[in-house]
Amino acid sequence: MRAMKIGTMTVKSGLAEMLKGGVIMDVTDAGQARIAEEAGAVAVMALERVPSDIRAAGGVARMADPEKIREIQETVSIPVMAKARIGHFVEAQILEALEVDYIDESEVLTPADEAHHIDKWRFKVPFVCGAINLGEALRRIAEGAAMIRTKGEAGTGNVVEAVRHMRAITGEIRRLAGMDQAELSAAAKDLRAPLELVKWVAENGRLPVVNFSAGGLATPADAALMMQLGADGVFVGSGIFKSEDPAARGKAIVEATTHYDDPEILARVSTGLKEAMAGMDIREIGEENLLQHRGW
Amino acid sequence: MNDDHQTPLVGVLSLQGAFREHRRALERTGARTREVRRRRQLEGLDALVIPGGESTTIGKLMVEYDLLEAVRGLGREGMPILGTCAGLVLLAGAVVGGEQPLVGLMDIEARRNAFGRQVHSFEAELELPLLDGKPFPGVFIRAPWIESAGPGVEVLATHAGHAVAAREGNLLVTAFHPELTADVRLHGLFLEMVAGRHPAGTA
Repeated sequence: MRAMKIGTMTVKSGLAEMLKGGVIMDVTDAGQARIAEEAGAVAVMALERVPSDIRAAGGVARMADPEKIREIQETVSIPVMAKARIGHFVEAQILEALEVDYIDESEVLTPADEAHHIDKWRFKVPFVCGAINLGEALRRIAEGAAMIRTKGEAGTGNVVEAVRHMRAITGEIRRLAGMDQAELSAAAKDLRAPLELVKWVAENGRLPVVNFSAGGLATPADAALMMQLGADGVFVGSGIFKSEDPAARGKAIVEATTHYDDPEILARVSTGLKEAMAGMDIREIGEENLLQHRGW
Repeated sequence: MNDDHQTPLVGVLSLQGAFREHRRALERTGARTREVRRRRQLEGLDALVIPGGESTTIGKLMVEYDLLEAVRGLGREGMPILGTCAGLVLLAGAVVGGEQPLVGLMDIEARRNAFGRQVHSFEAELELPLLDGKPFPGVFIRAPWIESAGPGVEVLATHAGHAVAAREGNLLVTAFHPELTADVRLHGLFLEMVAGRHPAGTA
């Protein structure tokens, strides 16, 4: 037998490549995980509470109980992800020991470190991280993130921030494409990102890893909107299990993500889904309560 | 647009997963490609690729959009089909301990996530005698293996004693992801199967 290599960037980012065009659903127990898999989710995110409940409950939000994660792992055959607090590398060590398939170093939980993110190169389990702009995405990739998701504003059922962040990233990537070497050096400084990554993005016209959309998606149309804006796939948190009929809505969002540019199908799958989760106006939340500003 | 009739048109099932990477590899190998999401997009194809992704998701969407029966029919008529990872699972006649929609054309039994969860995903060089020269870079991501194969199945590569690539007539499957590497020799082998179909084929 020849030498084997585990935990390489190829296999870490490779799993994200396999999730493309799919929907990753937040679940809080085995029952929800089963519904998500049945609806066609490509992965589930195991959580103690969905973001809208975290927002309502206040206090400190932490990694889920390992018992809950195990229960979900035993229930489904698709990948199981779980969230660690920003900078909380011990929560990440625990999640790696549990063999979760991806760790989300997430602003939805209360940050554990206000200056440092987890050094993700030290792990063989891959990480996904949130970003609101290109600089943040590239800083996370430099720290070893194998997948990016735009943050949006979790738990709001309002897609406006997800749109803002996706447009910010794709717009900044387009801007880099027209720059010469001197301008790229200046851009790297502005973006607070490594020059090498900035050059790669300018040359290839995309991020070096998969970029999903997250935070506030609640309908099949929201999912298709984010796909048409350039997302590789979508995370749906509170939007499914805070709606009136999660199984039907989950399935409809899966189909809308695949057929995102087929309005005839989008019309059909959007029909008769019962109530979506109640949404929030971002302006009513207050700047200091926005989760998207967590992370540096 | 391309009226070169010598250039095969290969459909890539694009419901979910790494379909863009397969298109890129096929186009580099000299094929034209088409993304397939609806049944009508199967018309006029010379071959089909079922990419890696989540086999449960792809299978459900194939059922929902009337693609499962249609692809099974085309495979039975002899259309060359390449399945990688989830594509191997979907082409298998059975899955160990699983109940999920399958195209089910091939006389193999697949074991899903056979090498373990993501922390056990790996890269390994594979001996693939059918390909000339150096070993093939195998990228295994929550990969399946072929638990058992019927007498008509030719195992093309093994890893740690498990079959991870095989061919049966017009069907070619790998447990790993050639589309995630720069090595297009397996796509080249598949296109040879496509080219060989009209004269007589090798099967």
